[in-house]
Amino acid sequence: MPQVDTTTNAGQLLAAASGGRRRLGDRVFSRTAVVAAVTILALLAGVAVFLASEGLPALTASASELPEGKTFLDYVAPLAFGTVLAAAIAAIVAVPLAVAAALFITHIAPPRIASTLGYLVDLLAAIPSIIYGLWGIFVLGPAAVPVLKWLEEKLGWIPIFEGPASVTGRTMLVAGLVLAVMILPIVSAIAREAFVQTPRKLEEGAQALGATRWETIRMTVLPFGKSSVISGAMLGLGRALGETMAVTIILSVSGAVSFNLISQANPSTIAANIALNFPESSGLAINALIATGLVLFAITLVTNMGARAIIARQNHE
Amino acid sequence: MTSSKWFVALTAAVILAIGLAACGSSSDETTGGGSGGGSVSGEIAGAGSTAQQAAQEAWIAEFENENSGVTISYDPVGSGGGREQFIAGGVAYAGSDAALSTEEGELEKAEKRCKTGQLVEVPGYISPIAIIYNLPGVEDLQLDPETLAKIFNQEITSWNDKAIAADNPGAELPDTRITPVNRSDESGTTQNFTEYLSEVVPSVWSYEVSGDWPVKGGEAASGTSGVVEAVAAGEGAIGYADASQAGELGIAKIKVGSEYAEPTAEAAAKVLEESPLDKELSPGKYTLAYKLDRKTESEGTYPIVLTSYLIACTKYDSADEASAVKAYLQYVVSPEGQELAAEQAGSAPLSSALTAKVTPAIEAIEAG
Repeated sequence: MPQVDTTTNAGQLLAAASGGRRRLGDRVFSRTAVVAAVTILALLAGVAVFLASEGLPALTASASELPEGKTFLDYVAPLAFGTVLAAAIAAIVAVPLAVAAALFITHIAPPRIASTLGYLVDLLAAIPSIIYGLWGIFVLGPAAVPVLKWLEEKLGWIPIFEGPASVTGRTMLVAGLVLAVMILPIVSAIAREAFVQTPRKLEEGAQALGATRWETIRMTVLPFGKSSVISGAMLGLGRALGETMAVTIILSVSGAVSFNLISQANPSTIAANIALNFPESSGLAINALIATGLVLFAITLVTNMGARAIIARQNHE
Repeated sequence: MTSSKWFVALTAAVILAIGLAACGSSSDETTGGGSGGGSVSGEIAGAGSTAQQAAQEAWIAEFENENSGVTISYDPVGSGGGREQFIAGGVAYAGSDAALSTEEGELEKAEKRCKTGQLVEVPGYISPIAIIYNLPGVEDLQLDPETLAKIFNQEITSWNDKAIAADNPGAELPDTRITPVNRSDESGTTQNFTEYLSEVVPSVWSYEVSGDWPVKGGEAASGTSGVVEAVAAGEGAIGYADASQAGELGIAKIKVGSEYAEPTAEAAAKVLEESPLDKELSPGKYTLAYKLDRKTESEGTYPIVLTSYLIACTKYDSADEASAVKAYLQYVVSPEGQELAAEQAGSAPLSSALTAKVTPAIEAIEAG
């Protein structure tokens, strides 16, 4: 290919002109890039070091010294459970919705509507989490009360709808739904980016073979965007795991470990628990809270590594 | 190879820098200087109880208005944080919903913080805690302490329970399910409410007293406003909150002695007035930590009360700082200051008998 040859030649010419050494601009650029990369790594490591060193006293303390008189594991387990449960609800609700929205925007909607809609979905990400929290308690919560009651009456035999239904609507289900709305834009944006890049010839080929629009999407767009959807979902999950303000405001937390999503007794999440208890804590209780932060850090790390592994395997196939 | 060594060294350096920054403690320097129209000048910083926040803001605004040379800040970091910052010397005074405790040597450390001076600890903010409820059709709910405790430990689950009916002859009680609402964050309000329950009805309320709500399975909301909001939203809900924040909600009367009492400012102040000092927590001349007489049966008292303290020293490094702290705290406990807090924050003003006890401690601050 002639074009490739030209670039190679140009590169060689440039290298020759600078006497075999890289030019100043190059060196500045590469140093800057290295510093930026190192700073990010170091920030991450710094946070981990801080969490570990400040959390250590709580990890080694005996049960009687810790808040609620429990061992650290007993203290953090319900919180970790609540964190994962809330994030899971959010992901289960948000991912299909986000993928559907992305498909609609990229492949179904007329261009003008599509760009407006894409912009609006992105706008959801610009709303501060405290606003979502307030919306949750003032609007979605009260609106959910009759629905929760109905779920308890009609579907009460399913453990997650066992009830008794909350009279305020400040339940795990509502918190999970609000989280779903919060992570929707990020999952949708990443899916959209991927779907748009589906090679035209694949889609046209499928259509030429007589595939319907749905079949085209199922056979070309979805497989092509699969790894991006997974990584988007994991990013969203990461945000849901760490989301603090909205959960703090909405969720009625009482430490119960249960899959019951519609009652007033819900497990707290790690982030919300820190936000709720940090202000009035002192001494070892603060160390305990920071140690729970370390656990959250670990959960998020494992989630992201899992996502990487899945994507790597996808790319290999 | 050299570039990878360089990479490792750089990473290590940045980690170290971040680690150091994370471990270092921040402190608000209090500096003298600055001149203005008033007799005192300088900048003083305080921190602590969130319950005092509204009152502190009102006091600061009014005090700065009259003493233009003074700048006062109050950081509502929470009582524990306030005590910690005071001990570390980060702030000149602290507000705390609990008196300095003997646990972990807190009281001793606070005395040491004052160096050659003495520790000052006086009640400065009293707020009755109201039992708020949302039950359409039922006004003037009355509860005795045992019923109250059983509602909050979820033994009584329906509003038409016999125990509630016995307290409210003639009232038509619906069979609505009771949703007890508690604070989900650690708070002085919870601490004082559970202290009341465990002292008055220990047979029913066997939980340890703490700022964390001990009973699982209730509705929980963050902050006073969260509790008020949850009670307002949920039919059949009952909760506890600063009386001033109750708004339009129903307020239950609680049985004291042979009568049912309302959470009024006078009734709250009267309890403190009749309570003895906690000897263990009041070692010095100027430390007045009260042991609230929750079991009081005397007429006109309301024992579910939050008492918040002001903590300071009699001596400071700079004379300016000492005069500013003194003048400010004098204003806070003065009848005008207490009246302002009652208006702005809904607290109960200190009674004149209490003011007489508190004032000498603040007068002891050695102004320059």
